[in-house]
Amino acid sequence: MSKKNTQNTTPAVKVYNFCAKKKMILTIAIAAIVALLAGIIIRGVNFAIEFKGGTLLTYSYTGDVSIKDVEDVVKGQVNDKFTVRSGEDVNTGDKQFIVSFTSNDGFNVDKQAALTNALKTKFASNDIKDAESTDVAASTGREFFIKCLVAMLFAAILIIIYIAVRFRKIGGWSAGLCSIFALVHDIVIALATTFLFGFEFNSNTVAVILTILGYSINNTIVIYDRIRENRTLMPKASQNELINIGCTQSLTRSIRTSITTVFTMLVITVVALVQGYTSLLTFSVPLMAGLISGTYSSLFVAPVTWSWWCAKSAKKKADAKKKK
Amino acid sequence: MKKIGKSTFFIVVALIFLFSFTTIVGIDYAFGDTSKTYIKGVDDIRLGIDIKGGVDATFEPADDYDASEDQLKAATEVIKTRLASLGINDSEVYSDKDSNRIIVRFPWQAGEENFDPKAAVKELGEMAKLTFRKGTDTTTNEDGEEVPSGEIVLEGSDIESAAADYRQMSETSSPEHLVTLKLNSTGTSKFATATAELAGSSTPISIWMDNYMISAPSVNDTITGGEAVITGDFDADSAQKLADQINGGALPFKMNTVSTNTISPTMGEGSLEAILLAAAIAFACIAVYMLVLYKLPGFVAVIALCGQVAGSIAAVTGWFGFMPGSTLTIPGIAGIILAVGMGVDANIITGERIKEEVRSGKSLDSAIRIAYKKAFSAILDGNITNVFIAAVLMGAFGVPSSFFSKILNNTIFRMFGATAEGFVYSFGFTLLAGVVLNFVMGVFASRLMVTSLSKFKCFKNRKLYGGNEK
Repeated sequence: MSKKNTQNTTPAVKVYNFCAKKKMILTIAIAAIVALLAGIIIRGVNFAIEFKGGTLLTYSYTGDVSIKDVEDVVKGQVNDKFTVRSGEDVNTGDKQFIVSFTSNDGFNVDKQAALTNALKTKFASNDIKDAESTDVAASTGREFFIKCLVAMLFAAILIIIYIAVRFRKIGGWSAGLCSIFALVHDIVIALATTFLFGFEFNSNTVAVILTILGYSINNTIVIYDRIRENRTLMPKASQNELINIGCTQSLTRSIRTSITTVFTMLVITVVALVQGYTSLLTFSVPLMAGLISGTYSSLFVAPVTWSWWCAKSAKKKADAKKKK
Repeated sequence: MKKIGKSTFFIVVALIFLFSFTTIVGIDYAFGDTSKTYIKGVDDIRLGIDIKGGVDATFEPADDYDASEDQLKAATEVIKTRLASLGINDSEVYSDKDSNRIIVRFPWQAGEENFDPKAAVKELGEMAKLTFRKGTDTTTNEDGEEVPSGEIVLEGSDIESAAADYRQMSETSSPEHLVTLKLNSTGTSKFATATAELAGSSTPISIWMDNYMISAPSVNDTITGGEAVITGDFDADSAQKLADQINGGALPFKMNTVSTNTISPTMGEGSLEAILLAAAIAFACIAVYMLVLYKLPGFVAVIALCGQVAGSIAAVTGWFGFMPGSTLTIPGIAGIILAVGMGVDANIITGERIKEEVRSGKSLDSAIRIAYKKAFSAILDGNITNVFIAAVLMGAFGVPSSFFSKILNNTIFRMFGATAEGFVYSFGFTLLAGVVLNFVMGVFASRLMVTSLSKFKCFKNRKLYGGNEK
């Protein structure tokens, strides 16, 4: 161990007062969660076919048909969300394209006939054969979501216990709970972004939520770690001082790390837009929003909520003492 | 830790390079017609149906069987689990209750040219109903098929789990591949009653997979321990396959293939190239960014990150012998991005610490040592929480026979059926692999490299570490 280890305890740089706007930050965070959740519930969630079920129409054809052209025709005919994929029969070698819809009430016969006619007119030379239509149930149903929620809840409990043990010096239980609060905030932001852009809730969305789960917790922990370290270096400092110093010291790191992750998503978004793979956007755009929110919440929401919590329980203790 | 010398840097770099190189290229051995893959390269990765497309097969119940909605749902789950046990973590399984059909979509096998979609599809539709019966009697049903007719002793619902094993059945015999079954309480008592009845008699207990008799051992003693063993002509693969099939459960009805088609990726043809292009651009920019911000530790970080990316790919190809390969899907890529992002974070945290310590006036040696020590607690806690997340996801949505699944599905997820949801599993898988790599590359290897480089005279300049003065 170096003798100089305990030197340099007060950082030379200016300490930003993160805790000053406690009430405002908390209000904004809670308001955002409530408002966005309400918005999502009121507007309803557009689940993708794997979660909701829908209709698959399989057309076979000869010659060359571009999937993009098919998409344009379908877009002109129906308002429902759809995807077009191409394929080939392994046994006969017939070429096909498959249009899949998610709709609440199946895809009715009239609509289907209209679509088939439109496709036949557009691709007159390709000998489009009548569609084989299948109404499918959800591939992944409600049980999946319940299980997902239980899994995430269980992971959250494990994380709270872990933080409680590892950060017991600085009051780990409350710190753990506050990190989960920040996490909920980030997930709601990412979900709201998904629906704001009119994306479907598909398996990419699940991936986004899971990624934010890991990222947000990691971000918060890095800051808690600084607070824990400062507690040993500055035993006399108040909770708020520790939080402010910890956040200030982590500021550069937080911003720099976020730049790399957000930038990566930005590149994916731009490439997807330029090359026309818009399905990838359902992954990259909400994740970008979640990552930005994760950085903000780890610096503001989690520590500030925690500071508020500690102040409140300290006051309670003081009151209890007075009564005695 | 042992003394880190000047040569350490080159050893670590050489190891990372060797590792990355073999991960990408793979090691094949070809001699005449025989070829053997020692290490799988990137070509061997099975790409998810969302980025590569795959096979689309439609099944319907055989013999005009009218399946109920619940049965269709059960069949859907069995097929998903079977796919997941084959390492196919990415599938779309739809059922249509009006036409009684099940549509299964799964990605191409790695090494496509040897892949026979028809055989793969046929295997999925097999009923795989396991029965233990008294005697070996059979009768012929109306379709002219020979079906077992002995009284059923045990069936799939009596079995808790199956596992492949390799052991001696008696002291004198040589070891063989076999499948062990753990019975649940009803199975244990049924099996005890039957074996007590047949012990010492000439009537064997026959073991059937659908209409195929695997073996018919005679019973010597009453078996009350709740364990049964299936022996037969197994090798390691076929024993594992049977165990997986039993664990995956039986289809409630026999299925015929209606059609087998190929299908293009959900994300659009060529989306993989788009992702790779984006990844290359992002990685190059991050490399420059790290170099500019952290100079020497930044340079080391870039090497460590290369190793980490290679490691993530290696986890997916199944480079590590003890790990099965996986399917690379968009959620899987998300897991890699998260893990690599945390790797970058680990390097930034240490980079910042080194800068702080150097600026506080410590000697270079102790600054580096203390910086890594202080940075470690943050990296440790952040990564461990991600291990929890990955383990819970793998447990909740993995194949029933997998490690985490065995722990979790019997405890907190008891109320749910064992559902294998490959795409969530593949996220957990790449995340877990990435977190382990964070410790190997981001912490251990980068520390060795920075410490080793700091021994060189030309790298003693404190500015290279973020210091203000030379």
